[in-house]
Amino acid sequence: MKLEDEVVRRQRERARIMAWLLGGFVVLIFFITIAKTRMNW
Amino acid sequence: MPAIELTNPAALPADWRDLFALTKPRVMYLVVFTGLCGLLAAPAMPPFVLGFTAILCIALGAGACGALNQWYEADIDAKMRRTAKRPLPAGRIDRQSALHFGVGLGVFSVLLMGLATNWLAAALLAASILFYVLIYTVWLKPRTAQNIVIGGAAGAFPPLIGWVATTGHFAPLPLLLFAIIFLWTPPHFWALSLFVRSDYAAAGIPMLPVVAGIENTRRQIFLYSLPMAAAAVAPWPLGLTGMAYGVSASVLSGVFIVLAARVLANRSTDPAQMAPEKKLFAYSVFYLFALFAVLVADRWLGA
Repeated sequence: MKLEDEVVRRQRERARIMAWLLGGFVVLIFFITIAKTRMNW
Repeated sequence: MPAIELTNPAALPADWRDLFALTKPRVMYLVVFTGLCGLLAAPAMPPFVLGFTAILCIALGAGACGALNQWYEADIDAKMRRTAKRPLPAGRIDRQSALHFGVGLGVFSVLLMGLATNWLAAALLAASILFYVLIYTVWLKPRTAQNIVIGGAAGAFPPLIGWVATTGHFAPLPLLLFAIIFLWTPPHFWALSLFVRSDYAAAGIPMLPVVAGIENTRRQIFLYSLPMAAAAVAPWPLGLTGMAYGVSASVLSGVFIVLAARVLANRSTDPAQMAPEKKLFAYSVFYLFALFAVLVADRWLGA
């Protein structure tokens, strides 16, 4: 396999996983905020 | 651009699978499970998302410990058959990436724990990560045969963190859970280190069988299993759990002591002849899972 192909493949794969993780983190923070707000009601 | 053959994998961006392997996912199961049991045994239940986040943070903290441990011990891992294929000694990832990953994961897990639950739980999580990395990995492990005895405290934090994440304060039961794991760690690890001691000797790690000999280690395994069993049963007479837990803990601990006695009676120095040690090691993992599962079931049924 060419080096540059492998670099691009890994970068794409990591970018895709990072995007999913960041999306999940935003959703998690949203629900944490809702839960903490309700606890203080 | 001319084609270049792939000769040095560490020069590439790390594969996500190797980053995942850095977190020692197989070790994480027990940490997550004991943390979850600490959380579920607490008298009040947090909202689901906060409980989930607390367990996620414990898992991420454990992952950070695994990554920083492998970063620090890459040269030692390369000398042991059991660990030579890990991403760092195998050259699939560079050390700086592993360090950044471990530190980032650790800081993230502590901050998220503080924001989602409370800062006492976050402080405990930070203390457990720092204890594992600095006290155990860097200081004790390469220097003393008592590394596992004191270092075992790092693995004992999760149920305490789970409880504090829910309640915001300490209580006798999670402190006993801490004591159980603390006392369980030496016989668990020494059983393993008996049949892989040549690996530890080759890597220059002063594990008890390497420094004090096989017979002495077998004696220590048996001696430690006695206070461990006492700590495991203690929540029952102290009125912190019901009879279901007390009877189960007595039976499970009794079997542990019998297996430890068989290890004590074994005279073989050949790893191939160490069936009692292998059996005790396997049972010790089952023991901790079963004990904590019974504890949660007892607390929920008795509630």
